[in-house]
This record gives sequence, C-alpha cells and structure tokens, in this order.
Amino acid sequence: MDFLSLFVLVPILTIIAITFTKDFKGTRLVSATGMSIQLLLAAVLVIRYLMERHAGNTAQWLFTADHLWFKSLNIHYAIGIDGISVAMVALTAMVVFAGIFASWEVDILPREFFISLILLSSGVFGFFISLDMFTMFLFYELAVIPMYLLIGIWGSGPKEYSAMKLTLMLMGGSALLLVGLLGLYFHSAPDGGQLTFNLTEIAKVNIPLAAQRFFFPFTFIGFGVLGALFPLHTWSPDGHSSAPTAVSMLHAGVLMKLGGYGCFRIAMYLMPEAAHEMAWIFIILTTISVVYGAFGAVVQKDLKYINAYSSVSHCGLVLFALLMMNQTAMNGAIIQMVSHGLMTALFFALIGMIYSRTHTRIIDEMGGLMKVIPFLSVVYVIAGLASLGLPGFSGFVAEVTIFVGAFQHTDTFHRVVTILATTSIVITAVYILRVIGILLLGPIKNDHYLHIGDAHWYERLSTVTLVAGITAIGLMPLLLSDMINFSMKPIIDKILALPVTGIF
Amino acid sequence: MNIHDFLTMRNELLLTIVAVIVLVTDLNLKKDKKITIIPVAIGLFFITLIIGYLPVPTGILFGGMFRSNTLTILMKNILNIGLFIVMLQSVTWLKREENREKISEFFLLLISTLIGMNFMISSGDFLMFYLGLELATIPMAALAAFVHHQTRSAEAGIKLILSSALSSGILLFGLSMIYGTTGSIFFTEVAAAYTKAPLQVLAFIFFFTGMAFKISLVPFHLWTADVYEGAPVNVTSYLSVVSKGAASFIFIIVLYTVFSSITFIWKDVVYIISILTMTIGNLFALRQKNLKRFLAFSSIAQAGFILLGIVAGSKLGMTSVIYFVLVYIFSNLGAFGVVSAISAVTDKETMDDYNGLYHTNPKLSLLMTLSLFSLAGIPPVAGFFGKFFLFTSAASAGYYWLVFIAVLNATVSLYYYLLIVKAMFINRNESPIAYIKSDISTRFGLIICTIGIVALGFYSEIYEIITNLSFGIN
Repeated sequence: MDFLSLFVLVPILTIIAITFTKDFKGTRLVSATGMSIQLLLAAVLVIRYLMERHAGNTAQWLFTADHLWFKSLNIHYAIGIDGISVAMVALTAMVVFAGIFASWEVDILPREFFISLILLSSGVFGFFISLDMFTMFLFYELAVIPMYLLIGIWGSGPKEYSAMKLTLMLMGGSALLLVGLLGLYFHSAPDGGQLTFNLTEIAKVNIPLAAQRFFFPFTFIGFGVLGALFPLHTWSPDGHSSAPTAVSMLHAGVLMKLGGYGCFRIAMYLMPEAAHEMAWIFIILTTISVVYGAFGAVVQKDLKYINAYSSVSHCGLVLFALLMMNQTAMNGAIIQMVSHGLMTALFFALIGMIYSRTHTRIIDEMGGLMKVIPFLSVVYVIAGLASLGLPGFSGFVAEVTIFVGAFQHTDTFHRVVTILATTSIVITAVYILRVIGILLLGPIKNDHYLHIGDAHWYERLSTVTLVAGITAIGLMPLLLSDMINFSMKPIIDKILALPVTGIF
Repeated sequence: MNIHDFLTMRNELLLTIVAVIVLVTDLNLKKDKKITIIPVAIGLFFITLIIGYLPVPTGILFGGMFRSNTLTILMKNILNIGLFIVMLQSVTWLKREENREKISEFFLLLISTLIGMNFMISSGDFLMFYLGLELATIPMAALAAFVHHQTRSAEAGIKLILSSALSSGILLFGLSMIYGTTGSIFFTEVAAAYTKAPLQVLAFIFFFTGMAFKISLVPFHLWTADVYEGAPVNVTSYLSVVSKGAASFIFIIVLYTVFSSITFIWKDVVYIISILTMTIGNLFALRQKNLKRFLAFSSIAQAGFILLGIVAGSKLGMTSVIYFVLVYIFSNLGAFGVVSAISAVTDKETMDDYNGLYHTNPKLSLLMTLSLFSLAGIPPVAGFFGKFFLFTSAASAGYYWLVFIAVLNATVSLYYYLLIVKAMFINRNESPIAYIKSDISTRFGLIICTIGIVALGFYSEIYEIITNLSFGIN
C-alpha cells in the first residue's frame, strides 16, 4: 500500500464504517476517529517528509507511486508530494478534524452529513497528492459535488439558491479547466512521444507558445473561479454564508485553496511563458479582488458575510502573490494559503458556535459577549488579530512575505498594484476591530445572553487545534517556509528563466 | 449454410429461438397461468446473454450482406445487457392486472426489435441495414402503444410510427440516390465509389437526416418527448437506451466506413448538430416536470454528447462512443429503473411527487442520485469517465471550442439533474411516496445498474477491450 494513498483510503473507510453505525453518537464517534487518524497520518507525513529532506533526499517529489489506469490514454493514478503539498495536506487534515468537532451537534440526518463532509475531504486530499492531471480533475470535481448537498440540506438562509449557484459556478469553472487540461494533454508530447497527463512529465517539455496562449486563460480562470478570482467570486459570499459551520470551514479553509494550488501547479508551472505574458491582466483582477473583498467586508452586517468577503480578499492575495512570480512573493502565497485556511476555518467555527448560542449572526444584535463566553471571545480576538496581520500570528508572516516580494519588482505597474493591495491591510483592520468592538465589548445587549454557556469540550478541541496551527506558523515561520522554499526552487527556476514583463 | 455460418449469426439466431419458444409457451398456457412466461422469457434471454460472451467465429455471409466481427459482437452484447435490465425492471409492471394477458407480446416485441438492431449492426449493405432498421422500429411502435386503452400510449404509438415512417422515407430516398450514383448498395463498394459529387453529397444528407430522426438529433427530435411520455415507462427506457445505443453504433459504423471519403463534409454537420442537440435538449429538459419527459430531453442532450465522439473521426472517438453507450445504459436504466419501480406501484411520474422521497425510500433515492450524477458526468461514477473520454476524443481532433460548449452544457445539465436530487433530499412534502417494496427482479436490475455505474470507470480493462476492438479511419 502506498503511504500517500492512505489519505484517500482512510476517508473512504471512514465513510464505509459510518454506514454501519446505528445512532447519532456512533456516527460522530466513527467520524471523529477516522479524521483523528487522518490528522495523525498528516503529522506522520510532515515528520517523514522533514526526515527525508534532512537525510539529504533532494528529489522533487517524495513518496511517489504510479499505477497505470487507462493504458491507451496513458492515464495513471500517480501520486507524490513536495513541501507545498505536504503543507496543504496538513492544513486539510487540521481543518477537517476541527470541522468534525465543530459539527458535533448536527442532528438532522447526521450520518448523511458526516458522509458528505468526509467524501468532500477525500476529494481534497486526493487533489493535493495527485501528480496526474486526470486524477487531479477527478478529485477536484469529487470535492465540489457533496458541497451541493451539504449546503442544500443542512444550510441556512437562501440555502437552495446558494448551493445551486455555488455548484454551477464551480462546475462552469471546471468546464474551462477541462479544456485547459485536455489542451495540455494533447500538447504534452511535441516530439511525437506518448501523450501524458502527468504534470511532472509535462513540466519537462516546452508547450508551444501558441498553445500556451490559448490554454493558459482556460486553466487559470478555471481554477481561479474556485480561488474567488474577481469577477467570478460571487458564489463565495452566498455559498459561505448559507453553508453549515463545518462546510464553511472546509470550503473557505481548504476548498478555495484548490484554486490557488491549481493555478500555481498547473497553469503557471506548465505554461510559464503564457503566465508571464498574461500576468498583468490577472494581477489587475486580483488587486480588485483584494481591495473589493475588504471593502465588501466592511459594509456587511452578517458575521458570515463579513468573513466570506474577507476570504475573497485574502484568497485574492494568494493569486496576487503567485502572479508576482518571484520566490519571496510565491512563498508568501503558499504561507497565505495555509494561514488563511486555518484562520478562516477558525472564524467560521466560532461564528457557528456563537450563532448556536445567540441565534443571530447580525453583529448589531450582539454585544458584551466577552463577559459571558470568555473562551470563545478570546479565540475570536486571536482569529481577528491573525486576520489583520498582527506579528506573532500566521497572517503577519504571510502578508509581509507577499508584499515584500511584490515590491521587489522595480517597474511602476507592479509597485502601484502592490501599494493598492496593501491598502487592504488597513481596511481589514477596520472591519475586524469594528466587529470585535461591537460583538465582544461593551454592555450585554440581550438578557438571554447571560445564560448561554461557554465552549464545550469539543468546541474547545476544535478551536484550539486551529489556534495552535496559527500561532505555530506565526512564531516559527521558518518551519513552513523552509519546507516550501525547497519545493519552490525548481518551479521558480523555471519561471525566473523568463524575463519579467510589466505593462508600463 | 453450414454450422460455421449458423455460428456467425449466433446472436440473431439465438434471439429468434427465444422468441419462438416464448410464443409457443404462451400458446400452451392457460389464461390464468400467463404469468409463468416471465421467468421463461427472462431466463432464456439470460442464457442468450451469457452465450453471447463465448468466443465465436466471425465472417461474412450472404455475399457481404451480413458481417460479423469482434466489434459488432461486442456491440450486440452491450445491447443485450441493456435489454436484460429492461426486462428485469418490467416485471412488476407486467404483473399488473391489465397487462397479464399481454406478457408474451411484450417480450416478443422487445426481442424482435433487438433482432432488428442486431441485423442493423451487422449489416454489410444498405438493404440489410434498412431491413434491420424497420424490424427494430415497427415493433417499437407497438410497444409504445402497449397500453392501448390509454389515449396517450396509443398516441405515442401513432406518433412513433408516423415519424419513423417519414424518416424511413427520407432515408430510403437517400439510399436510392446512393445506389443511383454508385451502382451498389454494399458498404465496401459504396465507400470505394463515393466521391464528392454533388448528388452523392445530397444522398448523404438524406441518409443523415433519416438517421438523425432515429437518434432524435435536433432539429429532428420533436417526436421524442411525446412518444417517451406516452409510452409505458419500461418501453421509454428501452427506447432511450437500447434503441438509441444501437442507432449510435450503426451511425458511427456507417459514417466511419461508408462515408469516410467525405469526412470533411459530415464532420462539420456533426459539429453543428452536436452543439444544437446538446443545447436544445438541455434547454427543454430544464422546463420539464414529468420525469419521463425530462429524461427524454436529457437523452436528446446525451445524444449530442455522443456526437462529440463521432465528430472526432478516429479510433479514440469510436472507443469513446461505445464506452459511453455502455455507461449510459447503466446510468439511464438506473434512473428509469427507479422511475419504473415507483410508477409501477403508484403511477406517480412527476418531479413534485419525488419531494421528500429520501425520507421514505432512501435506497431508491440514493440510486437515483447515483444515476443522475453519472448522467451528469460527476466523479467518481462511470458517467464521469464516459464524458471525459468523449471530450478527450473531440479535443484530439482539435475541437476545443466544441469541448468547451459541451462542458458548459454538462454544467447546465447538472442543474436539472440536481433539481431532482433537490426534490428527493431537500424539498419538504407532507405526504411523500410511501415506502416501496420492489420485487426481487426489479431489485436485481437495480443492483446490476449500481454495480455498472460504480465499477465501470475504475475497472479500466473494459475500456481497453473496447479500444482494442475499435477500428478507425486513421
């Protein structure tokens, strides 16, 4: 058994085990056990990965395995990881683990809920470990579909509309994506060799420039939809706000990262020339995402909407940094992915927990919560501070790296957009501090709040897991950035070999 | 004819024998014992199905009118699976009081159409092709009108027979022109003599139109929805799956072999009709409330996807089409199986009836969801692989924009498939359909579909077998 395949297998086995459970308690116990094992596996993966590197293993991909699947089309089940995917797998494992505990009280069709949630996570894990674009695409779609049921059945508000909108927009994105992937496949052997979906193989060949120009936008926008690229981000606020807690956590925390990861790993890595040529268009779009998302968050009154718009802004920053195409910024992008994943998952978890106590998500209806739910309030403050980029938390590391990297460009265009994007830091501070002020401080708005209890053990477990991740990266950023740096090298070398183009 | 020749026609002869046995058995049964014909027919057909997979000599008979090779045998075997599932799913409905007297007719007509399809697939000249086509179509009209006391069923029969007569007329006109311009009706000779002469192109267009009617490609699809809605569920499922599959098979064979010299003409036509068929099929499906009508339009859209494989004009395209039809048989019959299981007991066929179905019939709902996801092309089920390969084959010919339009259409189709999922899982219903206990054969049919839907993609060997048997024009 390939070690990495366990990441897909454990969720599937968990799902099978869940189908045999008799009651609600059994279901969540099995889910929690399965995902704990998954978290443990992720920890083992990180340790094994670091050990391999320290032992001097310099191969780009580790723990690879390759099984031929469809011979005539040369489709393989090919898996392997580098530092970037390890970070993503670890992030996913943490968020899913936290998500299971955050949904401890889901009592409407619990079995179906946990099955869909874990199925979704198996798609995400599969995506991050795939080296073959076919399996990558398969897992990508597998991750999107359970979302429809999760939001449609267990969501709130205009859930049916949001679920449908989200699913259709993401599937529309995958329409673009599929064309891009097929284009790469049919140009993967310009010398007349065997066509392949394997991205490490394709990285070795030079895709003709004309083909790159045609297929790059398909691939980048295709993944970009999931990464909330402006103006295709509109599914995100609706989807996130209607989704149940754990689904918002997983979706904003992990699923949106599939977008950034795909843009980087497939669109930019395999078609670097086109990426250089067209970067300016997407830089403009992502700058809009970053600033517009932040402003969008300022005017919202619903906690979930605030966080959804802030996700648009923060995920925009990921794509923005990737498109800067230098080592520092791209490192920042990956750290931002992990950081935002943990942060936003924590936010959504907290919002869910607060909602279950106050039965409202409108900030103006709440106040003085610090006095009644101190634990959750403190964690909320931590999440907020991480989000606005306070030193000591992961957000700071990510943002500094991104903006330093972006400002390394000496041409006017890059500098202007960087300055514009940095304004989001200020705007973020505005909405975060405002929310904290209204929500947690001041007098208690409603007498009913006096009797709401603070966090249960499972809620503490869920939030502490995520806080641990956020502070670990904040205090010891080298742990993560070293891991990423090493894996980024071959990619950066390939991209840096080309001249950087600005439009001014 | 010696034994070798008999074996070459094995599938057709076996089916004929089954038909005769069913007929003779029926004649010897008393009125109240007619129900025993069900296990006899299904059992015999099952044996035929199994024998179909045994190795058999291939060859040419009747001076080239009948050709049997490994590919055609595979196609026939695929259709056999489809018919077998349809038979299993029909049992509950056949056992109903009003159908009991006509059980053998149902099987006879079904088997006759399949014999026609088999001859059509094995045809080596246009005469055999036409005979097969008519043998496949005329009993079909009788099947559509099976519940003759129901106006809509009778109407479906009439509509089917009239539209197929019209399409046959057009087709025959095309065939006569082909004969007139090439001096032959044998596929190989026609192919050799076919040039780009205007009259020959015209002949092709007539032929194409006739076939487009049978596969219900846009704009020749107008009969489909009414016939599908009016016919009994099991006949509809047979029409939409097995009959359409057979038509797709023969269509691709004829296009790839006989009309290979005018590929550049039919490619453009297929390209445009593919877009029209997918899009219009989808747009109409969006508005349907009756599930049979809905599945009819969705099957029109699916035919548009099949054209994506045909337009590729390559071995890959052919493999994709055959593979897709196989996947489609399981997926669509899965969906129809559920509709049939529910309709046979409750007569309920509209989407609103399915509101809250999951709470009373979780297994049926799950299978329905699985089938719909497969039809929509969602992983990890087989439909994903089927569609992916169709898209790949179109992309291999450089038709990236076509692929893009197709995938967008797949997204639109996902919307309406999700509407049913929504009805079953999300919508509330004060009085949902009560728990339905399906009989053993229906369940068996549904299990076969489930296994097919789940396993087909992962078990890549089947795709490789089809690849090895497919032939191409390049």
